Amino acid sequence: MTTPLFSGVLAGAILSGTSLLYATLGETLVERAGIVNLGLEGILLIGASTGFATAAATGSAWLGLLVAALSGGLANILFGWLVVSRRANQLASGLAMLFFGFGLSALVGTPYVGAVITGLPKWRPAWLAALPWVSGSTLFNYDALTWMALPVAVLVWWALFRTRWGLGVRAVGESPAAAFASGRSPGILQFQALSAGGVLGGLAGAHLSLSLTLTWAEYMTAGRGFIAIALVIFSKWHPLRAVAGALLFGGAEALQLQLQARGTDVSPFLLEMFPYLLTILVLLAWGGARRLAAPASLGRTFYGSE
Amino acid sequence: MAETGRLSALGSAPPVRAALRYGAITAVALAAFAMVLLLAGKDPLRAYADTFSYTLANAYGFSELLVRMTPLLLTAVAVALPSRLGLINVGGEGQLYMGAWLASAGALMFPGLPRWQLLPLVALLGFIGGAVWAAIPGVLRAARLVNETIATLLLNYVAPLIVSYFIFGPWRDVRGSAYPQSSAFSEAARLPSFFDTRVHGGLLIALAALLAYWLIMEKTRWGVDMRAIGGNPEAARRLGLPVAAWIVIALAIGGGFAGLAGMGEAMGIHGRLRQGLSPGYGFTGFLIAWLAGGRPLGILFMAFLFAIITSAGDTLQITQGLPYSAINLLLAMILFIVLARRPRKAGR
Repeated sequence: MTTPLFSGVLAGAILSGTSLLYATLGETLVERAGIVNLGLEGILLIGASTGFATAAATGSAWLGLLVAALSGGLANILFGWLVVSRRANQLASGLAMLFFGFGLSALVGTPYVGAVITGLPKWRPAWLAALPWVSGSTLFNYDALTWMALPVAVLVWWALFRTRWGLGVRAVGESPAAAFASGRSPGILQFQALSAGGVLGGLAGAHLSLSLTLTWAEYMTAGRGFIAIALVIFSKWHPLRAVAGALLFGGAEALQLQLQARGTDVSPFLLEMFPYLLTILVLLAWGGARRLAAPASLGRTFYGSE
Repeated sequence: MAETGRLSALGSAPPVRAALRYGAITAVALAAFAMVLLLAGKDPLRAYADTFSYTLANAYGFSELLVRMTPLLLTAVAVALPSRLGLINVGGEGQLYMGAWLASAGALMFPGLPRWQLLPLVALLGFIGGAVWAAIPGVLRAARLVNETIATLLLNYVAPLIVSYFIFGPWRDVRGSAYPQSSAFSEAARLPSFFDTRVHGGLLIALAALLAYWLIMEKTRWGVDMRAIGGNPEAARRLGLPVAAWIVIALAIGGGFAGLAGMGEAMGIHGRLRQGLSPGYGFTGFLIAWLAGGRPLGILFMAFLFAIITSAGDTLQITQGLPYSAINLLLAMILFIVLARRPRKAGR
């Protein structure tokens, strides 16, 4: 009895955690460069709608994935134009992106409501399917985005912490003035981080429409973009901790569905609350530790490069 | 998270020039959105004409603008007041829900009280619900544990879940409704409405809150203290101002106003506690406060403008067959233009 619950929750955690993880990784990159994008939800919606519309119009989910990634990147470049080039307030610009995403995705997606698409293909290696506790479940039967989620997290970690580029991005996030003084160009690094982050956000949205639900519905992201922002904080701006965070948040969602299906008398809302309360507790517990804190210049506008 | 200090979007121009500026920005955004409508195969001129005749030129439509404005005024003040201390409250949404929740608790617990006792009680509870919810980030910030931007944002997620827990659980209307909601409040808990419209007493509360905000900020010692802390917290601390206490108080009062917005929606509009009480009023309130630079008249104007825009969404849906959310593009365009207008100088 416990094994099916466990594998059911794990399978659900991985499925709904995938889009959370991509979104979180994207926002982590952006925030490491000192920029908060509160409009991540909008980016996800743009990715989900453009991806689905493309897949429905062309019949190719892969093309949909590509378009979603590109439109996510472009949306973040628009955001970057506001907050980097025009030095606009980041929180207000983020909320503007949120409304932009709501509106654009509704316009793009509405003609395709009810359209039938072939989603991203899924596969599972034979040796995994043969395992006794796997065979009956959907465990390990994943599309490319899910299979790539962990490698992408490692890639983001590597890029941020093991490359010169990543050092530059983090330097800008801590102190743009110091980064500028050491010969880096804060604006360019921020735009690079933003475009990469936007691509990841677009992919996160596309996973919802092209793999999980195979439909477009208005506001289908249902707060996942905001959850991802909480996750960035939960994982303390670290791509590898984000993996654990995405599994935890996705797991809370999956556990709640599993318990409901079993008729267990635990309110789903209390379960849903748990990750947020845990995030606040984590922040409290690590409150003072500088090593685990936000990038020092997060949210601040840099004026000094002229 | 962010160290943006005071809200400021449109500078501090005199009212006439500011109004002209707002008008020009709106005109450019309307033109840009007209292009989008054309691309979508719609007739923008008809769409705008319809919106005008259904909202501004129509008594009922106009009353609906006031209905929409009510929570926006309150959530905007909830952002503007703490912003004078340099505090960023992005938690209006959660504070709104907690205000509605606690007010509903009062209304459901004392259904037998006469109106003159129950209404003030419910309003007070609405204020307290939002205030306590905002005081939590306030305490965390004052103790230098967690940044208030992050904490208010996170608590936004929790509050609607608490509401859902109660309306799916203990407070659920047992009389057969499939729709998850609390049972109806007693008539005495309902805010009075005016002239056969949905405009309710919450509008008066909202206007009073705006007036109180202006009075506190401009006419009292407290306003001076708060602005001093917002200008230079370290200097204020050395002057002997209780900075930590002010942080908690300002956030709590702001949250209280957002809580009143939730109380108004529950007691004035729905008459019971429901899910989806707010379609993002908390976030819209942040934008209004920011666009208005925290100035009371600007908040009034912006809340009215936002009410028109969201009403236009309904019109477009009915007359043009566009999804309601498409109107968010117009909102975004106005914001983009304001945000991109000029790079602000350092220190602003």
